[in-house]
Amino acid sequence: MTARVGYDDVEPGTELPARSFPVDRERLVRYAGASGDFNPIHWNERFAKSVGLPDVIAHGMFTMAEAARVVTDWTGDPGALVQYGVRFTKPVVVPDDEGAVIEVAGKVAKKLDDEARTVQVDLTVTSAGTKVLGMSRAVVKLG
Amino acid sequence: MALDQSFVGRTYPPSRPYEVGREKIREFAEAIGDGNPAYTDVEAAQALGHPDVIAPPTFVFSLTFREAERVVRDPKLGLDWGRVVHGDQKFAYRRPVRAGDLLSVGSTIESIRSMAGNEILDIRGDVLDEAGETVVTVHCKLVARAVETPEGE
Repeated sequence: MTARVGYDDVEPGTELPARSFPVDRERLVRYAGASGDFNPIHWNERFAKSVGLPDVIAHGMFTMAEAARVVTDWTGDPGALVQYGVRFTKPVVVPDDEGAVIEVAGKVAKKLDDEARTVQVDLTVTSAGTKVLGMSRAVVKLG
Repeated sequence: MALDQSFVGRTYPPSRPYEVGREKIREFAEAIGDGNPAYTDVEAAQALGHPDVIAPPTFVFSLTFREAERVVRDPKLGLDWGRVVHGDQKFAYRRPVRAGDLLSVGSTIESIRSMAGNEILDIRGDVLDEAGETVVTVHCKLVARAVETPEGE
């Protein structure tokens, strides 16, 4: 594992480059196929509304996958990830016409272990101004 | 209906192993729109010290959830599957999943709690490679929402 970010080059508060990830219905269908999660709330508007949702919603695991990219793009090596966890707080609603955007920001919260060169990164994940993931944290091993 | 507490600590042995293929990893990486070459280019992955292409961090969820589903759909547990939503998700990696891995998943119900009428289940998935070494431990919290009672009841 060879993260391109050095442990000595970061401090608590160091910001990771923020990213915006657009998501539309086609993206959700592709994700359903690749992941094997064919729950109709992720592609069938009629069904989603019948169970009380405002519209089709993104798979929580899709949102979690996009949020991780802020960390893995930063380290370069996705294998540098030691831990990754989230809480699903609100759904990402994906209307048919314009789709949605998942906004992800991250910063180094603390340095955990000088020997193992691990840091905790806290992520902020929102869509349409609403926080969609809570307790979104990663532990990464830096170079 | 309260869930059967005797299920806490119950372990479900691995079902048939899952062989991780390069093309499946590519398909997953493309589905999430992630162009990191470590997922699709063997040389790029090797330059980072991996023996083969690696999978994106959340890839392994598909395997562990299929196993967890087997657990929570056990009719004796008494869970109403239609009311279940995904609460928390956490991965602890010993190494990244990679092409060529033959993975087995053992599932354990770690806890069952009731909170405000909701039933909360914590399920752990232990993902092992062919040699029996842990690759990643996956924690999944499922919440079965309270049954809504008509007003006045």
